[in-house]
Amino acid sequence: MSGFSNPVTEAELHAWLDGELPEERRAAVERHLADNPEVAQRFERYRAQRSLLGQSFGPLIDQPLPDRLTPPFTARDHAEKLPASRGRAAWWGTAIAASLLVFVAGGASGWLLRDRIVLRAEPLTAAFIADAVAAHRVFSVEVRHPVEIGVDEEAHLVNWLSKRLGKNMRCPKVTRGGYQLIGGRLLADSVGPVAMYMYEDAAGRRITLYIRPSPNTSGSAFRFAQDGVVRALYWQDNGLALAVAGEADRDTLSGVAEEVYGALNS
Amino acid sequence: MTDDDAIPGPDMSPPDIDDRAIAAHVPRLRRYATALVGNRSDADDLVQDCVEKALANRHALRDPSKLGGWLMTILHNLHISSQRGRRRRGAEVPVEDLADDLALSAPPADRGAVRDFVRAFAQLTDEHRTILLLTGMEGLSYREVAEVLELPIGTVMSRLARAREKLRVLLDGGTQQVVRRIK
Repeated sequence: MSGFSNPVTEAELHAWLDGELPEERRAAVERHLADNPEVAQRFERYRAQRSLLGQSFGPLIDQPLPDRLTPPFTARDHAEKLPASRGRAAWWGTAIAASLLVFVAGGASGWLLRDRIVLRAEPLTAAFIADAVAAHRVFSVEVRHPVEIGVDEEAHLVNWLSKRLGKNMRCPKVTRGGYQLIGGRLLADSVGPVAMYMYEDAAGRRITLYIRPSPNTSGSAFRFAQDGVVRALYWQDNGLALAVAGEADRDTLSGVAEEVYGALNS
Repeated sequence: MTDDDAIPGPDMSPPDIDDRAIAAHVPRLRRYATALVGNRSDADDLVQDCVEKALANRHALRDPSKLGGWLMTILHNLHISSQRGRRRRGAEVPVEDLADDLALSAPPADRGAVRDFVRAFAQLTDEHRTILLLTGMEGLSYREVAEVLELPIGTVMSRLARAREKLRVLLDGGTQQVVRRIK
């Protein structure tokens, strides 16, 4: 049954606001809004509310973290069914006991930890995807400074990033999906330098390409990951670990990933 | 080359959940927790509890790409149980400090609006704050919110409609539009 006979519901209006309305209902919802100015006005207020939410709380993400929220974290051994409202005193008891244990076991466990980290530097871990997605979230919403060096200085950008990463960083300038390179930046993660390129389509949607040197690795196939609305395709190729991230659908991302792969291997 | 075996290479072991993977989510968890509880110290306690619990139960997560949502679920459940305790104790930390801090991070022309917004937001119920943050701030889809909160999607949608209307009345005044049925 198509639009005309179905009355527009409150749920559909919210779905429209949240970009979750099925395409075939869009015309009906927009007609309903045009015919009912008081409803349209109410949903404009909801939209304003959402942007105030982002404006008010958004900056919290840049707050420096206290030590207790930075790694290495202390794992609780018996996490089961501890009431969350337990006093901090109990926590301190555990912490003191744990620190004594670390003190006693210090020499050995320190080395164990080191081995573990060295071994894990090789495969693409969840941390790599998490870093790529986090960088995407941080920079793709930047209005004034999304990139450090714009595409108008493309040669300089590519040379600079290639030099810092010790690898050829050529990437496509325009993709078949209509995404254009707008520039890039150098980032750092715990392994070292990372290059990030950013693409934008005509509607202002952004896709980022996150590249970390990953020596001693051969190629791997594309893998898919999703975190919230951000999807990512990641792979290894020619001593690099790469991730293409964006709010775009999987087909669009894999199209871009294939073009990047092609450009880096041309 | 979307095929898994299109390029010869080592079989990648499933990504591991380690400190670094979790640490990448901490800034977001902390932002969410601070907006939810209205002050930084309780938020940091909550995030720390969440990280500890996640590490202790890391093997329960089958699909590492769902780490973000999984952490949100843990944080959400911890928050609910800590609220039960708080209600009994009756302690409440005022949101004023946070409202002032956040107003200072905004451009001067928007400071009043940000302060008013943070205060109004703090008057909502936990349920309403949660749903508005997950959709409006974290950008989760209805389905993802339903997964994080372990609720049916219809409940997510009706709760979101009520939360938006409640907040609108707090911010703009006027009478609340009663949302009885949303479908």
